[in-house]
Amino acid sequence: MSLLRRAPALTLLVMLGPVFAGLAGTLLPAFGILPALGRVEPGLMPFSELAAWPGLPRAVALSLGTGLGATLLALALTVLICAGWQGTRSFRWLERALSPLLSVPHAAAAFGLAFLIAPSGWIARALAPLLGWERPPDLLILQDPWGLSLTAGLVVKEMPFLLLMTLAALPALRPGQSLATARSLGYGRSAGWLKTVFPRLYPQIRLPVYAVLAFSMSVVDVAMILGPNTPPTLAVQVLRWMNDPDLALRLRGAAGALLQLALTLAALGIWRLGEIAVARMGRAWIETGARGSHDAPVRALAIGAGALSALAILLGLVALGVWSVAAFWGFPAMLPDAFTAKSWMKQGPQLLAPAGDTALIALIATGVALALVLACLEAEHRFGLRPSARALWLLYLPLIVPQIAFLPGLQILALVSGIDGTLAAVIAAHVIFVLPYVFLSLADPYRGWDRRNALVGHALGASAARVFWRLRLPMLLRPVLTAAAVGCAVSVGQFLPTLLLGGGRVQTLTTEAVALASGGARRVIGVTALAQTAAAFLPFALALLVPALVWRNRKGLRHG
Amino acid sequence: MAEGLRLENLAITLDGQTMMALDARVAPGEVLTVMGPSGSGKSTLLAAITGALDPAFRLSGRVLLDGEDVTHLPTERRRIGILFQDELLFPHLSVGGNLAFGLPPSMRGRAARRARIDAALTEIGLEGFANRDPATLSGGQKARVALMRSLLAEPRALLLDEPFSRLDAARRGQIRELVFARAKAQRLPVLLVTHDREDASAAGGGVIELGA
Repeated sequence: MSLLRRAPALTLLVMLGPVFAGLAGTLLPAFGILPALGRVEPGLMPFSELAAWPGLPRAVALSLGTGLGATLLALALTVLICAGWQGTRSFRWLERALSPLLSVPHAAAAFGLAFLIAPSGWIARALAPLLGWERPPDLLILQDPWGLSLTAGLVVKEMPFLLLMTLAALPALRPGQSLATARSLGYGRSAGWLKTVFPRLYPQIRLPVYAVLAFSMSVVDVAMILGPNTPPTLAVQVLRWMNDPDLALRLRGAAGALLQLALTLAALGIWRLGEIAVARMGRAWIETGARGSHDAPVRALAIGAGALSALAILLGLVALGVWSVAAFWGFPAMLPDAFTAKSWMKQGPQLLAPAGDTALIALIATGVALALVLACLEAEHRFGLRPSARALWLLYLPLIVPQIAFLPGLQILALVSGIDGTLAAVIAAHVIFVLPYVFLSLADPYRGWDRRNALVGHALGASAARVFWRLRLPMLLRPVLTAAAVGCAVSVGQFLPTLLLGGGRVQTLTTEAVALASGGARRVIGVTALAQTAAAFLPFALALLVPALVWRNRKGLRHG
Repeated sequence: MAEGLRLENLAITLDGQTMMALDARVAPGEVLTVMGPSGSGKSTLLAAITGALDPAFRLSGRVLLDGEDVTHLPTERRRIGILFQDELLFPHLSVGGNLAFGLPPSMRGRAARRARIDAALTEIGLEGFANRDPATLSGGQKARVALMRSLLAEPRALLLDEPFSRLDAARRGQIRELVFARAKAQRLPVLLVTHDREDASAAGGGVIELGA
């Protein structure tokens, strides 16, 4: 009982303890203190070294530009799609495509996109006959210096996430009523939605938007695959310094990590100012009474861009699949000369060990996270605790503080304490990121459970524990498994925590896949990225299948 | 010996404001009906008696069952059964599983428990329904299962929270009679909360009106 009461505190400790410890572990070396290297005198040397790196202005600009650009585009698309299409058949189709899109790991989606847009990719092959190309055009599309392909990769992956968070927040706002009222007053669909629903929606999705902004600015795996190389984004450069055999570079890396944190905070500040400005302009726009009744072009643009973005991920996966079974595949041909299982036969056995570790890490990290989240929610239920708005901020903290800002510090701490390179260290680092997602996924269904069921159970003599195990958990089997699947997918997709805490000794499908980024081995990439996708997708399939099997004779739970 | 359910100077307050106050006694086998419009504190009263009152409320007075003060016992140790208008059969358990959930663990042995459940189903005219999915039952059948589930837990009192209001007219009288007859047979004090005059007169006991 008392253990359950401490569950929320314990959860915060498990989730935020490493974040703050990691930040401290970054702070010290950034100011020149790294006892392991015999550096004990504080100083600003790491920062002056960082400032002297010629690539710095460009790397900083890239981080800011791709992060802000990707977030703005993803949010605008999400909002315009909802504004123009909510409640229509196309919208429901997009809703159904959402979960599979979300479960595709970032790295796999990035590789897939690369296979589409590269000079020798499917798009160029499709255009080749029209433009008379015999060889791949000499264009720098992938890893372009402006970070455009990186931005595109981020948009197609972050839009489904924002859409999901929007869909979760919408029903409580009763958008149908607002929209019907606005339209009866002569407003167009999009304008009516933007004027009556969006102002109430945005505060609900603000934290997810901040998380997307922070993530997009500091992402490492996607930036290694799609981003420019000389210089790369700041986050990628920090990782290079951190992994350099010359340990002294870690000081500069730590300074860079701190700069990344400051940049993220600055970008969030810029975004906040933008929010205020948009709100002011929006109020003025609402007061004009403009009906915006000709919104057909906007609606077409929104659904077109949304479909294109979904298609980019799905076709990207197909491209990975085709490459993984391709024999010889010359340039302008749309399909390989022949199909072969050779790549799978050759790579498959080598992927077994990483696949096993991927599954082990995901299962344990998700199990720990699920147990903590269930304990928190059950404590909330039993002790009548009311979650505050501040609690939600704490939950989002690990998603907003850039990974590259605190994981290097955590790595140094792990190194000092001798647990680096162990599965346990990697799992603990995964839990930090799995926990918030499991909580966000499970909280609403858990809180929405009809509490009279518990009362009936108690009235029949069942203890609180019996009600939990025999009634609540079985009745919530579907959302619990969905939350577990989300947790597994998050864990499978983690690159930086695995790489840094694993010290290169723990290999997962994701670290294997991202390691291929610099080479051009398309067949190997296809096999590895598909294996990674399968690992993230399998739990979702099970989360659908298991309740359907277990409750096949229970009509009351079929749509729960 | 003060048998039955005694509500001794019960008063429920929220932020210093009295939500409802009641002093009443229900003898074994009798039905006390509490009537009042929505918002008059009927469900708050039931929550107080079952021990599920939201901590925001303050409760004064005592709830006594056969002379024992249960005011501070947790719900599961009060042995007060409750029926709602939604039958709240647990959707993941079979009909038999629902009844088994109510049957006390002191009744041991798989076969004996099974036999008791089959007999209970026969008593309510649902012989052979043990393996059925509760979602496939009619409203009247669900109500009977919910009643039997409560009775199997051997309650010392029964609370009814508008349990008949969802049923159609034909079933309604039938189920009502069954509930009252069973309660009388087991000498249970019954507290009925309703806004239906017909329920009150069918109950045949005292009536208390709560103000809005």
